[in-house]
Amino acid sequence: MAEDLPSTDVATVEPAKAGAAVVQFEDVSITFDVKPVLQGISFTVERGQTLILLGPAGCGKSVLLKLANGLLKPDSGTIRIFGEDIDKLQRREMYALRARIGMVFQESALFDSLNVEDNVAYRLHEEQMPETEAHARVVEALKFVELETSIDKFPSELSGGMRRRVSIARAIISNPDLILYDSPTGGLDPITSATIMELVMKQRDVSHTTSLLVTHRLQDAFMLATHRFDAAGGMKPIAKDGPDHGIDPGMKFLVLNEGKIVFHGTTEELVHSEDPWIKRYLE
Amino acid sequence: MSLLSPDLILKKQVAAVQEYSILAGRAIADIFSRPIYWADIFTQMDSIGAGSMPIIILSGFFTGCVLALQSVTALQEFGAVSMTGSLVSLSMVKELGPVLTGLMVSGRNAAGMASELGSMKVTEQIDAMRALGTDPVRKLVTPRLIATVFMLFFLTIIADAAGIAGGTLVAVNMLGLNASSYLHNSYSSLMHGDIVQGLTKPIFSGFIIATVGCFFGMRTTGGTQGVGRATTQAVVVSSVFIIVVDFIVTRLMIGIFGS
Repeated sequence: MAEDLPSTDVATVEPAKAGAAVVQFEDVSITFDVKPVLQGISFTVERGQTLILLGPAGCGKSVLLKLANGLLKPDSGTIRIFGEDIDKLQRREMYALRARIGMVFQESALFDSLNVEDNVAYRLHEEQMPETEAHARVVEALKFVELETSIDKFPSELSGGMRRRVSIARAIISNPDLILYDSPTGGLDPITSATIMELVMKQRDVSHTTSLLVTHRLQDAFMLATHRFDAAGGMKPIAKDGPDHGIDPGMKFLVLNEGKIVFHGTTEELVHSEDPWIKRYLE
Repeated sequence: MSLLSPDLILKKQVAAVQEYSILAGRAIADIFSRPIYWADIFTQMDSIGAGSMPIIILSGFFTGCVLALQSVTALQEFGAVSMTGSLVSLSMVKELGPVLTGLMVSGRNAAGMASELGSMKVTEQIDAMRALGTDPVRKLVTPRLIATVFMLFFLTIIADAAGIAGGTLVAVNMLGLNASSYLHNSYSSLMHGDIVQGLTKPIFSGFIIATVGCFFGMRTTGGTQGVGRATTQAVVVSSVFIIVVDFIVTRLMIGIFGS
C-alpha cells in the first residue's frame, strides 16, 4: 500500500527533452510472493513512438504497465519516465508526473457510482476546474470516442465496447504525453475491437502521443503497425510502395515470455525473426 | 493448493500488521493536510450515522428493557429493587451502550466498507483512482475514519438514552417502581468518570471499525469470492478488536478515575 499522495501544491516535473526517452526501463525485476514476474527488463520508448507489448497470458505485460505508472514498485532496477527516476520522486512529484500519463485499464475500471460525464471529468474535478470548462472538455473527449450521446449514462448501462471508449476518453481528457493501454480490446468482439483500435490509431496519428499498448491479439498489433488514421475515411492501410513500405516506422514491439524479454525491435524484425519460440507464437 | 511454510505464514501476518499500521497512520495524517474531501465525509456521516440510527435505538432500547427485568430478580434477594435504575444506567453508560453500538455499527459498516472498497479493488477502480492522481487513502479511508469516529460518539449517546428509557419503561410499567425515584437513582449514580469512560470507548471503536473495514477492503484479491471473504474478516476482526480494546480502555479508565 506504499502510495503516492497527491498534494494541492502540484510540483512540476521537467518536460522530457526532445529526443530523450519518454519511458526507460533498466534491469527491472519484480517478484510477487516467491514468484518472479519480471526479470531484468530493459528497454526504452522514444517520444512519439508506440511500443506494443506482446506475450502469452500471465507473462507480466500488465505488471509492466503498472510499473511504468508507478502503481507498483520494482524490487530492483530503475524506471525513468520523462527522464525522471520515479523511485526517487517525492509523492507530490509523482502526482505531477501522473497528470501527464493517461491509462486505459483492462476492464475499463470506470467508477460505477459515477456517470459517464463524471468519470471522464474525474481528473478535471480533482484539479478544481470550473464546471462549464470541464463540461466542454468532456464533450470534446466524448466526441473523439463518438460517445457524446451517452454522457448521462452510468457504466452499468453501457456495453463492454462503450465502457472501453469512455475509459479512453478519461485517459486522453488531460492531453497526456504518454498513454498506457492495458489490453484495450480484451474480451471484445472483432468489430468492436476494430473500433477501439481505430481510436488508439486516431490518438497516435492525430496527437502523436507516445504510448505503450498491451495486447495478446496479434491482429490488433499488426493492424496498428500497418494502418494509419485518415480523417476522411478512418483506418487506411499504409501504402506498400510509399516511403514507409506499408509499415509505421514509429511502431516497436516488445515480446515477453515468462517474465523475460524475448524480442525487442521493429515490425519487420519481428515478422522475420528466426527465433523458434517467436515463430511459433506468431503462427 | 500449495502448502506454505510456517515462517512464510508468519511473515505474511507480520506484513499484514505492518500494512494495517501504515494505512491507519496515513489515514490519520491525511486529516491534517489538504485536500480534504468534505463531500465524502458528509456522505459517510449520513450513511454511518443516520443509517445506523434505527438499529442502535432498537438494540439499545431492548437491552435496557432486558437489563431491568434481569436485575430486578437478583436485586430482590438483597431487598435492593430501588437500585434497579442505578444498575441499568451505569451498565448502559459504561459498558453496554458503547460496546453494543460498536458491535452493531461494526456489523453494518465495517462490512459495508470492506465490500465497497473490495469491489472497487477487484475491478481496478482503486488503481484507476491512483492512476488519475488521487490518493485512495485520502479519498476513501480518511472520510470514513472521520465520519465513523464522529458519528459513533453520538450514536453511543443515543443508545445510552434508549437503554435507560427502555429500563425505565419496564421498571415503571411491569415492575411497578416509582418513575421519579427510578430516574433520580439513575441520574445520581452516574459520576463524571462514568460518562468519560462511556464516551471514550466509541472513539476507539470508531477508529477500529473504519480502519479494519477499509484495510480488508483495500487488500481484497480473488474476485467476488474475495470480496465476501474480506467482508467476513472485517466484521470478525473489528468485533474482536472492539471487545479487546474495550477491556483495555476500561482497565485504563479504572486506573484514572477509580472504580
